[in-house]
Amino acid sequence: MSDLKFEPWNDPKAVPLISFRNVTKRFGDFIAIDNQTFDIFEHEFFALLGPSGCGKTTMMRMLAGFETPTEGKISLAGQDIAPIPPNKRAVNMMFQSYALFPHLTVWNNIAFGLKREGMAPDAIDARVAEMLKLTRMEKFASRKPHQISGGQKQRVALARSLAKAPKLLLLDEPLGALDAKLRQETQFELVDIQEKTGTTFIIVTHDQEEAMTVATRVAVMDHGQIIQADTPDRIYEMPNSVYVADFIGDVTIIKGRVSPSDDGYEIHHAEGLPPLFAKSNLSLKNGTGAYLAIRPEKISIAAEQPSSARNAIKGAIQDIAYLGNLSTYHVELPNGTIVKAQATNNRRLANRPFTWEDEVWLSWTDTAAVLLDH
Amino acid sequence: MRRALLIIVPYCWLLALFLIPFAIVFKISLSDIAIAIPPYTPTLDFDAGWQGLKNFAKALDFENFLFLTTDALYWKAYLSSLRIALISTLLTLLIGYPIAYGMANAPDHWRPTLIMLVILPFWTSFLIRVYSWMGILSTEGYLNQFLIGIGIISDPLAILNTNTAVYIGIVYTYLPFMILPIYSILERLDGSLLEAAEDLGCSRISAFWLITVPLSRNGIIAGCFLVFIPVIGEFVIPSLLGGSNTLMIGKVLWEEFFNNRDWPVASAVAVILLLILIVPIILFQRNEQRQREAES
Ligand SMILES: Nc1ncnc2c1ncn2[C@@H]1O[C@H](COP(=O)(O)OP(=O)(O)O)[C@@H](O)[C@H]1O
Ligand SMILES: [Mg+2]
Repeated sequence: MSDLKFEPWNDPKAVPLISFRNVTKRFGDFIAIDNQTFDIFEHEFFALLGPSGCGKTTMMRMLAGFETPTEGKISLAGQDIAPIPPNKRAVNMMFQSYALFPHLTVWNNIAFGLKREGMAPDAIDARVAEMLKLTRMEKFASRKPHQISGGQKQRVALARSLAKAPKLLLLDEPLGALDAKLRQETQFELVDIQEKTGTTFIIVTHDQEEAMTVATRVAVMDHGQIIQADTPDRIYEMPNSVYVADFIGDVTIIKGRVSPSDDGYEIHHAEGLPPLFAKSNLSLKNGTGAYLAIRPEKISIAAEQPSSARNAIKGAIQDIAYLGNLSTYHVELPNGTIVKAQATNNRRLANRPFTWEDEVWLSWTDTAAVLLDH
Repeated sequence: MRRALLIIVPYCWLLALFLIPFAIVFKISLSDIAIAIPPYTPTLDFDAGWQGLKNFAKALDFENFLFLTTDALYWKAYLSSLRIALISTLLTLLIGYPIAYGMANAPDHWRPTLIMLVILPFWTSFLIRVYSWMGILSTEGYLNQFLIGIGIISDPLAILNTNTAVYIGIVYTYLPFMILPIYSILERLDGSLLEAAEDLGCSRISAFWLITVPLSRNGIIAGCFLVFIPVIGEFVIPSLLGGSNTLMIGKVLWEEFFNNRDWPVASAVAVILLLILIVPIILFQRNEQRQREAES
């Protein structure tokens, strides 16, 4: 099974569908996209994740043709797209606001792009029917957009943008307007549709869970730059920077100075406390500053000092966040640092082993923490 | 109780300002011309009691309406008014739509100024503005002076006292009624719809015809009615700018009242005019209602 894995980004022979080469976009003095070079491959479900204003929409609008890069080149299937106007690109976009045409029925909204292509009426009928079936909107074909619900509008918008079978589909915060439950269902539906149609998707979102659920690769952005683009599990387990580690999921960051030891480094983070150890293939000079990022679920919490673990520190429980299936313990170290540790609640609340002010031992393995140099 | 009051107030208003005057005009249209004050008979004499009322009712008839059918002047005037109203509505739309479109696409900080400029003419008297068109369009007027001055023509154009002058006057006067409803719709048009259309393969021009125009339909309809309805009865513009061959029902009405002092025939003309106007007024109301529903 493992050799069938879909990871063209690791294959040096793979030809990218989209490539950004030193793309910069400025609005006046403001740099919205800052000298970006990266590739997106066919059949990918690529997620752009980042805080509001970091340039996600601008990236999409450049691909759709509504903005032109100030510098650099964007190619689609090997062809520079700068001279191609939006109506001639094999790219379709699903707009953040859906942008359904209010005066047209669901059927006509979906047929809109096909009619512009001059497709034969029979073929249009068939294609629209196929799209309605795919998005389970057959019953609503003759409704106008104001006569259907938010979730249905979103499906029509998706059907409309898929109807022309674009090489690339851009989804700008497609699920922003949906409530949590509908959102989750729709995420799986999106993945399903993406697999069925084989279209390459780029999705913009500011919801990290959404990005992790749907994407083959997630690009974490900040201030017009992609900080890291990688598979969801690598983004989570192997962030390349404090920014990414902090942006995705819960994490404790401990700052210290490194000294090489075995196949990793010891991190001296506080006077009077034993150094922490992490395996790492970074090459850092003795004594440089670095950060240790530890996910709360990778930390064990115990009443007694564990005998074997190299990383073990004592602290006092300062706060407990009860999440139902899990509890997150905020443990204060003697130097004041707060470390977050998570434990499953496999017992009833009343039988929980630890409570506020308890002294506990935290420990983790040599590979649990990630050493970061910035 | 308060709701009943709230409903009664507009109905009283309608009764006092529309239905009662209309009833009076209608009654006069059924009377006969007389050399008297007021210049028609019969008049209602309450002192004569029941018998007086009967005599009064007996003296009323539809002969003035029959008279309107015997003289071709009247139906020609109605038809000509309708034609002038239709053509000038169309001209106003052709000129007004691009202006509204330009205003709606102007930078935000310009828009209040542009709206101001459209409304500005209302701040001076309508009569003065029409008179000044006489100054512009007459044979010695500014337009002819200018055209002769730059050598395009050698003899002055006769524009004043023709239908052309009437069209110019009407389009000029009623343009804001066309621009404002269209602008208010275009201004709220969601720009992402046009981007979506382009994204799906439309050129800018076809996006305009397929998206912008259909979505501004209610504004176009409202603007057309706001021009068409008052223009049918328009009287000042054809009197001042039109010539002897400009036939409009408003002018006929005026002449019957004040030149011929034939109040009954004039009233009959007015009643028919109102009947003609009721159809577009109802259509207009329905359009407004639909628009409100679409927005809610
Ligand atoms: N047309 C524009 N003119 C000026 N600034 C813009 C324009 N479009 C976007 N920006 C700016 O570029 C930055 C990135 O915007 P955007 O790509 O929409 O962010 P995101 O979608 O990630 O929230 C923002 O700071 C925004 O203000
Ligand atoms: Mg955005």
